[in-house]
Amino acid sequence: MTEQLSRAVAMLPDRLAAHLGVSAAALGLAIAIAAPLVLVMAGRPRLRGWVLAIAAVIQTVPALALLALFYPLLLALGEVTQRLAGFGVPALGLLPSLLALSLYALLPLLRGGADGLASIPPETLDAADGIGMTRRQRLMQVELPMAAPIVMGGLRVAAVWTIGAATLATTVGQKSLGDLIFAGLQIEDWALVITGCLAAAALAIIVDIALWRSETGLGERRWGKALSGIAMLVVLVVGVVGWYWSARAPTSVGRPVIVGAKSFSEQYILAELIADRLRARGIPVTIRSGLGSAVAFRALAAGDIDVYVDYSGTLWSNALGRTTPAPRAEMLATLRRDLPQRHGVTVVAALGFENAYALAMRRRDAVRLGIESLADLAVSSAHLRLATDTEFQSRSEWTALQASYGLKFQRLTAYTPTLMVRALTGGDADVITAFSSDGRIAADDLLLLTDPRAALPAYDALLLVGPRRPDLARILQDLEGRIPVERMREANWQVDRSADKQTPGQAAAWLAARLN
Amino acid sequence: MVGPTPALAPRLPRCADTAKTGAMTLADTIPTMVAFDGVSVIRGAVTIIDNVDLAIPAGAFVALTGASGAGKTTLLRLANRLVAADAGRVLVEGVDVATLDPVTLRRGIGYASQGVGLFPHWTVAENIVAVPWLLGQPRALRDKRVAELLDLVELPRDFGGRAPRQLSGGQASRVGLARALAASPRLLLLDEPFGALDPETRASLADRLGVLHRAQGFTTLLVTHDLADALTRAERVVVLDQGRVVADAAPAALIGNTHPAVMALIASPLDQARRIAELVG
Repeated sequence: MTEQLSRAVAMLPDRLAAHLGVSAAALGLAIAIAAPLVLVMAGRPRLRGWVLAIAAVIQTVPALALLALFYPLLLALGEVTQRLAGFGVPALGLLPSLLALSLYALLPLLRGGADGLASIPPETLDAADGIGMTRRQRLMQVELPMAAPIVMGGLRVAAVWTIGAATLATTVGQKSLGDLIFAGLQIEDWALVITGCLAAAALAIIVDIALWRSETGLGERRWGKALSGIAMLVVLVVGVVGWYWSARAPTSVGRPVIVGAKSFSEQYILAELIADRLRARGIPVTIRSGLGSAVAFRALAAGDIDVYVDYSGTLWSNALGRTTPAPRAEMLATLRRDLPQRHGVTVVAALGFENAYALAMRRRDAVRLGIESLADLAVSSAHLRLATDTEFQSRSEWTALQASYGLKFQRLTAYTPTLMVRALTGGDADVITAFSSDGRIAADDLLLLTDPRAALPAYDALLLVGPRRPDLARILQDLEGRIPVERMREANWQVDRSADKQTPGQAAAWLAARLN
Repeated sequence: MVGPTPALAPRLPRCADTAKTGAMTLADTIPTMVAFDGVSVIRGAVTIIDNVDLAIPAGAFVALTGASGAGKTTLLRLANRLVAADAGRVLVEGVDVATLDPVTLRRGIGYASQGVGLFPHWTVAENIVAVPWLLGQPRALRDKRVAELLDLVELPRDFGGRAPRQLSGGQASRVGLARALAASPRLLLLDEPFGALDPETRASLADRLGVLHRAQGFTTLLVTHDLADALTRAERVVVLDQGRVVADAAPAALIGNTHPAVMALIASPLDQARRIAELVG
């Protein structure tokens, strides 16, 4: 536990500084957008209604989706600017985070501003006009000071939301405290999760108190209180930046190779494994982990990341847009041929294992019922309960399984992956959807049912290299066929288990020492 | 014509002694303080002010009265351009207000309204010298002026440091009056300034206003819906009905006026006065 904690704390200065930076920038941008809108909206109730309604609609989009939406949007924009002006737009990292978080902060800012200005009694405005204030004087001397408590209320809500939502920026490749939370949730490393959450919460609380003190201090003309609020913000920024500077690694020349990883254990381990091999050649490397599944491939094609591992079935539909599966060999051959042409992405190596959808049962149940394959399962499935992950029932694999084997279950329930396995081991389900390289298969003594009619597509793990660093292909191609599924399961289990838990880096080192 | 006209430039507080001489000279050359010259104000299909001709002599105390919606407030607000005329001209000290910068114009005219509208985040003193502050007068002069004005409106001097929310309604109205007088304007526009007060406070404030009016020689234009107020306080009463001037006379002459709108206004206070007289009798 102490080792995990020190690993979590070691990740902090970098992430904390990035988190504070992206939150502050997003809030600043949102204020820059909201302030003129509030002034234009004042005294125009129809316009105000429309603007606030649009901001409210934006607010109903989950922050995670809003962040993900900016990725394809910026990608398309980048293609246009590339064609018209000869420069691209970064679609990953800071820019999408900044835009999405700013949009998210708009509603409380606009509402606070509009309500604040609307709260001023008409006779006060009449008096301001009547004694001969200019429009500007009326705004600066009367309207803004009187609206300040409500405006600042909105600002405080916006600041707290932004700091909270910035944890999600991890999914579009922006460094933030979310790195700790997402990685921790995936590998069930609670020290990471709690450290990330506590740091984000502390940041939000400190900023909220600081803003509250400066606002009430100014309102009550207690300058000491107002200054203490401002001082809190300064100390926070100086502290975080100072910690970051003292902890930062020596800078290397040029852009490092960026290894991508989606948000699950196997991806973290493989990213570490690839990074270690590149570092051994003296190549500077950073890992950008926690990428959304849909984002990762496009990030590679766009050059935002340079290398990562994806799976043939996923690429077949996501990258090539195919809707009907093909036999394994044909799929691989097509991917090797079409990905370089269509996306400038090279398939460097098939690592030797699959991470495919499969159905799994407790081994003793399977033995008792005489089930080894999906065809056997179809005979007794009407009496069995199936637990799936949250997306399986809307995937084509499920349609294919039903069509090929005529599977009908007594009950269907969707769970998060961790709870799904617990449902099986705890007796609440008899059959689950599983991933063939999942470490729990061996650990929980599960049996993966075979697929004699080849209804489920293959998901071979493929190492991909993007267009910016084609030279990496030569260095990494010797990984072809070196990782058997049993090794990958074992490495995954080292990270996923709760006793004697290993970090992805440790599991990667273990795996590297046992390559075929 | 545009730019700071000497006639409108507010005088500094230290000019209190020369004020009368100044006003006298101006009164000789420009005998009319405010003139409405065929003025109309139209909002959509409604004519709020309908072709009004009216001259207010410098130094006069004139009450504008009439039923609700008669146009009294609009007529008053034309004088400091809080409302713009759709037809005709409004002249203040002989100058068409449409040719003046409204901000400069308003700083030269005292203004107080029923809501008072003190700035809640400013102290009483800051509220009182708002106009001198806008005019860029130095701090020392403003501090001195606060004390003078608190005396004028009969508030204790230590009230300067209070917040507006600590004042009673009557005290707030006094501060509003002090704010209107702060830059020693020659024209004072009052829109139901004591409207929401109890009769006793109201009478005491109206008395005080009368005293200040006579002592300082400014022109007072007072909007009131209460005819009794108009008759007892003003030297001249102008009655409006549907945006038109239907009577313009000294209080005594108004009693005999037979215009239906005037008679309707007089009926109620007259009846009240008779009944009270019977009780006394």
